[in-house]
Amino acid sequence: MKRKLPLLIVMILGIGMTIQYFVPHPLSMNIYRIILDWMIIIGAFYLVLGIGGVLIINYHKIKRRKENWWLSIITIVSLFFVAFIGIFNGVRSETLFMKIFSNVQLPMQAAIFSLLAFYITSAAFRSFRAKTAESTVLLIVATIIMIGNIPLSKYVPGSSVFAEWILSVLNLAGQRGILLGVGLGMAATSIKIILGIERSYLGGGQ
Amino acid sequence: MSTNIWVWIAAILTLAIYSFLYKDNIIYKIAEYLLVGVSIGYTTAITWHNVIIAKMVVPVVDYHRYYMIIPAVIGCLMFTRFFKKVSWLSKIPISFVIGAGAGLGLPLAFQTYIIEHSKDTIAIPWHGGNTMLLVDAILIFIGVVATLVYFFFSVKHKGVVGKIANIGIWYIMISFGATFGFTVMARMSLFIDRMQFLLHDWLGLIH
Amino acid sequence: MNFWEKLSNLGKKWIYLMIAICVIVPLFFKFEFKMGKSPSTMGLYNKIESIAPDSFPFLMSYDYDPSTQGELSPMAIAILRHAFASHKRVMLMSLLPQGIGLAEGVTSRVAKEFNEYAIKEGKDTVVYGTDYVVLPFTPGASAVMLSIGESLKNTFVTDYYGNLTDTLECMKNVYNYNQIPVTISLAGSSVPKSWIIYAYTRYNEKIACGVTAVSAADFYPYLRTGQFVGMLTGLRGAAEYENLVRENYNVEGRDIAIIGMSPQSFAHLFIIFMIILGNISYFIVKKQKARSL
Repeated sequence: MKRKLPLLIVMILGIGMTIQYFVPHPLSMNIYRIILDWMIIIGAFYLVLGIGGVLIINYHKIKRRKENWWLSIITIVSLFFVAFIGIFNGVRSETLFMKIFSNVQLPMQAAIFSLLAFYITSAAFRSFRAKTAESTVLLIVATIIMIGNIPLSKYVPGSSVFAEWILSVLNLAGQRGILLGVGLGMAATSIKIILGIERSYLGGGQ
Repeated sequence: MSTNIWVWIAAILTLAIYSFLYKDNIIYKIAEYLLVGVSIGYTTAITWHNVIIAKMVVPVVDYHRYYMIIPAVIGCLMFTRFFKKVSWLSKIPISFVIGAGAGLGLPLAFQTYIIEHSKDTIAIPWHGGNTMLLVDAILIFIGVVATLVYFFFSVKHKGVVGKIANIGIWYIMISFGATFGFTVMARMSLFIDRMQFLLHDWLGLIH
Repeated sequence: MNFWEKLSNLGKKWIYLMIAICVIVPLFFKFEFKMGKSPSTMGLYNKIESIAPDSFPFLMSYDYDPSTQGELSPMAIAILRHAFASHKRVMLMSLLPQGIGLAEGVTSRVAKEFNEYAIKEGKDTVVYGTDYVVLPFTPGASAVMLSIGESLKNTFVTDYYGNLTDTLECMKNVYNYNQIPVTISLAGSSVPKSWIIYAYTRYNEKIACGVTAVSAADFYPYLRTGQFVGMLTGLRGAAEYENLVRENYNVEGRDIAIIGMSPQSFAHLFIIFMIILGNISYFIVKKQKARSL
């Protein structure tokens, strides 16, 4: 029962919703709309679970005095502070909550990802080697794309047109081949999930 | 230079993150842990207002849709994962979402990925005498077939199959080259955005 | 150690300093660039242009978080300026919790800036609820996309601020995708593909996207099949769109993406130089080591 019930739910819903796509009968459409509403509500609880998970991890880190445990206090205090002012003070743009989002979270998150600009430059110098014919083609195409996508490409006549042609013909062909393979893989995985062959989403021991 | 305290806070935190480029340090670590706390706190408040109030409380209280309590109860079963004896109940809401999602997506993904793109690849129209468009369509057809052959590992890549797979490798390298070129563009754009913030919004040094 | 060996072992901090200079210095100079008009950008621009003024709103989804806002927020700003200047109504939403904060922040800022310009020029201002609406974050991405196709107001019972969507002028007579001329997804991931799967394939909704340059190469097949009506590619796409809006409507406001194209150009040239230099030093050192053996 404990193992079979979840698999039964997956099979019934999976087959049901696949068949529903081809059945425009009002009853089928009503069931479809109800399922969608339920999926949205249930999906909300994933978020709540995620928030709880972070709290538990940091709580254990503080309790067991792991390395840099005091930093977890910063996490928990800031979490509760922002959550409370958001819940009780509202989430409009003029509120303290949105000011914290726009001036604390946003710049830090943007800055962390902007560090990649430095790493890619360092990698370009140290690692990108034209050792084989294929890697040489890769680097040449990358160069054409980089030149073709900047305004200075007007000084290299035809570069932007050539770059656009590479993207919309040669690159498209390679991407489409990969896409078709991914599409077939997705379809196969969906069928395996519906039939209960693929059970990794249920967690360990299944 | 800005006199807005919030701009100064944003600038100082941005520089704290950039201090990592010199070496890992305590200022960077504090900023990192602060970011985690603020973003989870933000998600909590947004979930409260936009999901719990808007999707659960308002439909029940204002529109009397009492049947919405049923999915809320199913969703609450997720919290049983913290109690060993009844933790198996937490698989029910997961099964619901996964099963419905797989069923909804299967015919649509097939149509979107396989049928539409196969149709576009196989159909090689004359395009009213435009030779370049015809050449493009033929090149795309060859590239798609060759790429698919390259990824088909059930047959040894020898002879004719090997030659076609080799053509596929060239197309894949061109795609990866395009992706790499664009990746450089993307990473630079993120850094340019931060520099525009520091030099314009904070220091007021640029137009 | 000779010159080429020293160059091969160049410290990463020097490389970081050089790329920082390549980006920072051009920002101090005003370069006049003529931006191109790529077919994918024109596709989106023309689609919005074709919408009748003050009629059904188009939908724009901020499917990105602050990590990619450097490329995608300039697109959002340019599209909003276009919408406000040409009297097109717009509904904003997000499939991500952080996206809705960006949606609300960016939209409020652009609306305020546009209204200051409109008052100065004696033009019509934009009013929340009539010209634009911010819809709340709703979890369950695929379910949300499908649910909009059945009933928009059932999916979004209230707006972001708690107003019942039944009471908003902008959403009057908008029931599902049949009344929405185009849905634009601004995303730093593969979410636009999901919009195609669920909104285009099932409901024939017109989809356009603004994507980070990292994922742009993946989306070209969808442009060819017509599954996307248009696409903005990274900062270049945002700059092209800003240029189009400036040429046709001359709305006031800082063109972040166009200004960013000069450091972008120099950074690209520097990276190309570093790739070439790195390869030259590698092959010379390799040859020298082979000779000495």
